[in-house]
Order: sequence, then C-alpha cells, then structure tokens
Amino acid sequence: MSSTLLIIQTLNGLQLGVLLFLIAAGLTLVFGVMDFINLAHGVQYMLGAYLAAMFVPLTGSFVLGLILALATALLVGLLLEVVVMRHLYDRDHLEQVLATFGLILFLNEGVKIIWGAAPLQVPMPQALSGTIRIADGVLYPVWRLAIIGSGLAVAVVLWLVVTKTRVGMLIRAGATNAPMVSALGVDIRRLFMIVFGFGAMLAGFAGAMAAPVLSVEPGMGDNLLILAFVVIVIGGIGSIRGAFIGALLVGLVDTLLRSFSVDLLRLGGLSPSDARTIGPAIASMSIYILMAAVLFFRPTGLFPAKG
Amino acid sequence: MAETPVPPVMPAAPPLWRRIWLPVLVFALLAIVPLIWGERFILGLVTRAMIMAIAALSLDLILGYGALVSFGHAAFLGIGAYAVAILFSHDIVDASIAFPVAILAGALFALVTGAISLKTRGVYFIMITLAFGQMALFTATSLSAYGGDDGLRMFHRSEVFGSRLLANDTTFYFVVLGTLLGCFLLLKAIVASRFGRVLRGAKENERRMRAVGFDPFLYRLAAYVLAGAICALAGALFANLGMFVAPAYMTWQRSGEFIAMVVLGGMGTLIGPIIGGIGVTLVEEWLAQITQHWKVIFGPMVILVAIFARGGIVKLLSRGDR
Repeated sequence: MSSTLLIIQTLNGLQLGVLLFLIAAGLTLVFGVMDFINLAHGVQYMLGAYLAAMFVPLTGSFVLGLILALATALLVGLLLEVVVMRHLYDRDHLEQVLATFGLILFLNEGVKIIWGAAPLQVPMPQALSGTIRIADGVLYPVWRLAIIGSGLAVAVVLWLVVTKTRVGMLIRAGATNAPMVSALGVDIRRLFMIVFGFGAMLAGFAGAMAAPVLSVEPGMGDNLLILAFVVIVIGGIGSIRGAFIGALLVGLVDTLLRSFSVDLLRLGGLSPSDARTIGPAIASMSIYILMAAVLFFRPTGLFPAKG
Repeated sequence: MAETPVPPVMPAAPPLWRRIWLPVLVFALLAIVPLIWGERFILGLVTRAMIMAIAALSLDLILGYGALVSFGHAAFLGIGAYAVAILFSHDIVDASIAFPVAILAGALFALVTGAISLKTRGVYFIMITLAFGQMALFTATSLSAYGGDDGLRMFHRSEVFGSRLLANDTTFYFVVLGTLLGCFLLLKAIVASRFGRVLRGAKENERRMRAVGFDPFLYRLAAYVLAGAICALAGALFANLGMFVAPAYMTWQRSGEFIAMVVLGGMGTLIGPIIGGIGVTLVEEWLAQITQHWKVIFGPMVILVAIFARGGIVKLLSRGDR
C-alpha cells in the first residue's frame, strides 16, 4: 500500500464522490420538495453521456457539445416531468417507483435503438487530455482533476443558490414543509418543475463529464443511481449538505476499499488467499454496510432536512 | 406516504367470484396447459411464469398486506436458488434436504435483514431493502468457488428421495403448479387469520394497533420472514428449472419486476400477484418474440399501469362490484 497509490486512489474517490454529488443533488431536491422517488434519475445521467457522445463529435468542440448536451438534457427532463412525473405527485411511493422503473426500461432500450448497444467513446478536450505531476512521481490525468474542480464549483454555486436566493429559500422551505409553502401562495408545481429540470440537467452534466473517462453504454446509469440513493439516504433526504458529505463519503469509501481491502485484511491477519476472496466482496458491499449502519443509528440520515 | 390518522376500516369481503371462482379458473387453466401444449418450450415458459408468480405472491404478503415496499425481494430468489445449486455442487442432490435448506436460508436472511429494515419506514425502508438486495448480489458475484459472475450449473434436477422424478418436464410442471397452489392456500389462510388481520390493521393504523396491545414490528417481521422463505422456495424451483443459477437472479431490476407483477395483478389480493406474475412473464416473452427491443414497449406499459390502473388487473376486472 504505497502512498502514491493512496494519493491517486483518494483523488479517484473524490472524483467519484463529486459525480455522485451532481446526481444526488437533483435526486434529493426532487425527493425533498415533492416527496417523489425518481428511479429514472440515473438514466438522465446516461442520457447526458450519450448526448455528449453525439454533440461533441458533431460540433467538433467539447464545450459547444457540452452546452448542447446540457440544453437537451434539460428539455428531456422537462418533457418527462410533463408526460410522466406530474401525474404521480399525489400518489404512493409505490406507484412512483413503478412508473419511473418503466421509464428506466424504456430509456435504456431507447438509447440502444438510437445509438446501438456497443459502448461509445467521447474524445477529451485536447487541452485537458494530458497528465499533471501533483507530487513526486505522482502523475494524474488533468481531466479527472477537471471533473473534481467542476463538481466542486457546481457545489458552491448550488450552495449559493439554495442559501442566498429566493428560489433557494422556496426550495428549502418546500423540502421542510411543502404543503405550508403551497398554502402561502407559492406555485409549488412550478417550483418543482424548475427543480426537476435543473436536477435532470445536473445529472446530465455528470454524465457528460464522465463520458470521456468511461465507456458510454446502455444501463450505465443504473448502478450509479443506486449509489446516489445510498448517498442521499446517508446524507438525509432533501438536504444538499447531506448529499455533498454523503457523496464524498461514499466515493472515498468505495474507491479506497476497492483498492486496499485485500491489503487491509492481510494486515488484519488473514491469509493471502482468504483476503483475496473476502476483500472484493467486502469492498463492493462496504457502502451498503455503511448505509445500513447509518440508518440503524440515525433512521433519517446524517443531516435530515425535515426536522 | 405519510401516516394519516384514518380509522382502521376493514375492507369488505371481496366478492365471491374473486374469492372463489377466479382462483379456480386460473388454476384450472394452468392445470390443462400441459394437456393442450405439450411442447418443451411452452411448458418451460409457463413453469417459469408460475415460479415468478410464487415470488410475486410472497412479495404481496408484505407489500399488499403490510404496505412495505421491499426493493430487495430478488435476493430471496437468489438465495434459494444458490442454496440448492451449492448443495448440488457438494453432491447433496436430494430435494428433501436441498429445499428445506433453501427455505431456511431465505428465512434466516429475512430475519436478520428484516429486523434491521423494519426499524425504518417509507422511502428509507425501500432503500435499506435495496441495499440488502445489493449485498446479496455482490456476495454471489464474489463466490468464486461457486462460479462468481458466471454462475453455477447443475448437471440434473434435484432428486426426490433418490429418484430423478423431476427430470420429466411435465412432472416438474405439476410440482411447480402444486407448490403455487399450496403457497396460495397457505397465504390465504394466513391472511384470514388473526395474524393477517393484525398485519392489515397495522397497515391501516399503526398507533391504534399498538394501543390494542399488538406490537406491529413483530407481526411485520414474521410476515417478512415468511415472505422470504416462500420466495426462497421459488428460487429453489427456479434453480431446478434451468439447472443453473447466476448472480443476475438477484439484480434490483428483478426486484422491480416483482413489484410490477404485484401492482399489475392487484396487490392486497392473492390471486392478483399470481395473474400479474404469469402475465408479466408471458407478456415479456411475447414482446421479446416480436422485437429484441421489447423493453421500449414494456416500459411504457408499466408506466401506464402505474398511472392509470390503480388496483391492478383484479380490481379492473371487478370494477363496479365494490
């Protein structure tokens, strides 16, 4: 377990955490404000990646492609809100889970029809495609640092919007007590449409940013969705701060244990072969164990939005 | 959704046709299938549909009668299937041992995870059951001694006291049908019992149930364990059907499908999930015959059901008589 590897894996963990935050932020606001479980949030991330894969080569510019991808992701989000989501606000979680599950099936298969089942690659912007020396003998891809940086920037902007602006105030109020906000004359449905479209765009942004380092393929959002749910449940539903801390926690725990669990188990006295068998299993389960533990002691997460 | 203090209204007894004639019709139809279509493909397909129906039926006990949206139910299917296949790989091939072990394994997993999950409510319950489902999935993928990601093959079906009775597809079909019927009757009796009434009462109004002196937690846990055991039994049959198990049996997408089956068929009725389980499996197969992209059709169907068909097929059939 060298320190170089530790630094690199910590950065990788941060990068995953930041992506998770971008996805979890929209998810948690939608849930906090409207009490709506949107399983289809993960496919919005996938859609962002596919849109980037389409627009970046089309325009020949990553920035232009990214902007077009975000605009389209926003439109698709609003479309989904109008066609499906808005019929389900007053319903049981069960019906929301079911309908958005149907959306997942539809959209995962839809991208397969449009773009084919084979994974796509998105070229990195030329200027950010190299590596950078961040410590003695530690090289790290610039693009991954860009992901971390842009994610943190979004976090700051989001924090400013939520804490300093009127819309942000309404969102916080909505997350705490939506019926009361509605009774005070705020059009909560419009507020929700804004939050939903914006959340879809954030998820799309995460997808577009991740696209150059991953292969873009159908179903790529499914597992990330589950991770994002783990994040918001750990953080406390409806809370941006909770989503941020939860995301970094999950990103770091998951990434670090994936690379070091075997070593840690061996240090703990297990035989090499046992450690090699048990290590990966523990690594992939770690965040679920974390979540179950958090829920056991704090049934509403670390920073619950609702008092 | 949020607990609202509504008085616990016990639903009126369902109409006679739904209680008696619909189940009779469904089981009679299932019984004559092998007489009409003897082909292996049809037999295998309907057998699979019936196994899914058993799993959906078990989910309905907690979902329909306890209002507990479990999103990790596929784990029990996988645990039951793996129990049989793992024992098989150690030359324990008799159903008289493998099936009880599978059922116990499912019950045990349900007892441990249920005791933790049932401390939470609502969306947290959905998420924590999902988390446990994922844990089971990842455990299965890391079982490198038992095939890991690739799954585990059985060379033949489980023996019954030393005889290869189940090797015959028609026999196996009727065994599954008998199991489905047995589970249906068992759950029917349980739902109608005092235990079932407490479970439903706790769904309607938890506080009042507590006030009358019942601890809803224990009743829910018992229901959860029973549901896990029955679903594991379905898993044991599932392993035997294809003579194969794989981690893919436990994905959260499959748990979602189980929920779809229950809601589609009509939750809170016992014949509903059976119709839903069989219906969904057959519709999926039918669509898959038409196009490889059948999910673009199936997805919107699920959405439409969620938005419009409240109460599922059974309620749709009985509209007007309640």
